[in-house]
Amino acid sequence: MHPAASDLYEITFSSRPYFSMSSIISISGVTKTYATGFKALKEINLDIERGEIFALLGPNGAGKTTLISIVCGIVNRSSGTVTVDGHDIGRDYRAARSLIGLVPQELTIDAFETVWATVNYSRGLFGKAPNAAFVEKVLRDLSLWDKKDSKAITLSGGMKRRLMIAKALSHEPRVLFLDEPTAGVDVELRQDMWAMVRRLREDGVTIILTTHYIEEAEAMADRVGVINKGEIILVEGKAELMRKLGRKQMNLELRAPLAAVPDGLSHYSLELSDDGNQLTYTYDNQSDRPGVASLIRDLEAAGVQFRDLDTKNSSLEEIFVNLLRQEP
Amino acid sequence: MNLRAVWAIYRVEMARAFRTVLQSIISPVISTSLYFVVFGSAIGSRITEIDGIAYGAFIVPGLMMLSLLTQSISNASFAIYFPKFVGSIYELLSAPVSYLEIIIAYVGGAATKSVMLGLIILATAALFVPLRIEHPFWMIAFLVLTAVTFSLFGFIIGIWAKTFEQLQLVPLLIVTPLTFLGGSFYSIHMLPGIWKTITLFNPVVYLISGFRWSFYGKADVSVGVSLGMTVMFLAICIAIVAWIFRTGYRLRN
Ligand SMILES: Nc1ncnc2c1ncn2[C@@H]1O[C@H](COP(=O)(O)OP(=O)(O)OP(=O)(O)O)[C@@H](O)[C@H]1O
Ligand SMILES: [Mg+2]
Repeated sequence: MHPAASDLYEITFSSRPYFSMSSIISISGVTKTYATGFKALKEINLDIERGEIFALLGPNGAGKTTLISIVCGIVNRSSGTVTVDGHDIGRDYRAARSLIGLVPQELTIDAFETVWATVNYSRGLFGKAPNAAFVEKVLRDLSLWDKKDSKAITLSGGMKRRLMIAKALSHEPRVLFLDEPTAGVDVELRQDMWAMVRRLREDGVTIILTTHYIEEAEAMADRVGVINKGEIILVEGKAELMRKLGRKQMNLELRAPLAAVPDGLSHYSLELSDDGNQLTYTYDNQSDRPGVASLIRDLEAAGVQFRDLDTKNSSLEEIFVNLLRQEP
Repeated sequence: MNLRAVWAIYRVEMARAFRTVLQSIISPVISTSLYFVVFGSAIGSRITEIDGIAYGAFIVPGLMMLSLLTQSISNASFAIYFPKFVGSIYELLSAPVSYLEIIIAYVGGAATKSVMLGLIILATAALFVPLRIEHPFWMIAFLVLTAVTFSLFGFIIGIWAKTFEQLQLVPLLIVTPLTFLGGSFYSIHMLPGIWKTITLFNPVVYLISGFRWSFYGKADVSVGVSLGMTVMFLAICIAIVAWIFRTGYRLRN
């Protein structure tokens, strides 16, 4: 065999299943059994790509926080390996952890320190030289600058949440974990946070967020992972996911209300609204024969007339709910 | 070594003390004065001197040790228990700091505070009684060694404790009785035979005796034994802390 070709063979058919040049976090075979004996994570394999926004979705208790806590060094894993930019989180914890910023799910701050002291403390803790100008910029970006001399205890919940973000950003992380960043945050602030996350991404920061607001994942994420009962059940580019698993709906506004779906149309998955004015047809848009044309023909044949029609893609939320429903 | 992290933690710990500077200074001054009024005057009028030392002066090293032990333990245990309790410990655990750095910072902070406290008590005492320090080097050495040892001990309690009750339990049930029975206010030679023997099992006796020797050159037990016991207690605390950190005991799930 030609040497170059054999090299190619090596690369293409490498036995290392999770090797990827572009991945910044590599989680392989990670399990977690808590002291209570509860198995919170079962064999997690996951790669996070450099510079992406990755949304980790899952119902309460799925293991999102546990997984994040393991990567960040707060919880010990029971088995498996995790590397951050090539640094093993156990052997090379200093290098791994200095790259990571974490905004935890719970609001936990030393209540008696000022905002300024709190954020500078975080920076020092991560071994970064003092940089007042940078810390100022972080606080300004998060609209906390005029609160810099206030004690944390005097801040509102939303401001505390921003303070937690400021702490995480204070040491210029390359990877940012946001564990439910917008829980209990008003719409305006949520928009601000999304804008901030996009700015960070433009600077090359990789962002992993967990959320219950699926529209958030839908609006922000490049890729989506779904975790349930300690298992990753799906990882997919958001666009592909919506295309593959998405369903389409066609709404027909009827000229005259119907009492029931006509007999001749019963083989279509049709749903009639309570007032009988609207007919909804749900179909798989990947299918060769979505049946839209034949439905319209059959409607005509049945004498059902409609004033207007629109179609929409199902949201990530619906996909998500369907996925979990399929799980045993 | 992540010295910046050590410094950051240490500074926050010291800031906590200075935020309550009034309390940090005034309360030892008041309590020391009260001890002098109660013990020095009331008892001192009956016991004029022990081992040739005026009673008021005799109790000064013991008083300092009493505060040093209780304050070291409470400072250090609270410093690590509190972030555990409110959850802000997540940041420490996720930071690129080693266990050794965490200990140096927290124990260093707590010990610094106790040493300052000890010196405040000393200064207050000097207002009431004439003091004499024969071995200033050893005085400082015992002061620092004790502060570090008991801050370490407090740190262990803070990590072990799951509730505020447990946090108070060890100081209340063990340390305070041992200190009061450790010869702060009397010489153990004044005790009847069997009690004298029992007392020798109390580690605090050695600390106070050695410390008093550094002031007046007189000791209940030999200075070498005092020093040895102090160092041994330090070594035990270091061993426990090393074990805690190797296993992640009660810090990381
Ligand atoms: N310290 C612990 N000891 C025992 N079990 C735990 C511990 N922490 C979490 N668990 C359990 O592990 C499971 C996963 O918890 P985790 O916090 O990771 O879920 P999550 O996906 O973040 O949920 P949520 O969306 O509610 O935040 C849950 O069943 C939880 O009860
Ligand atoms: Mg969670």
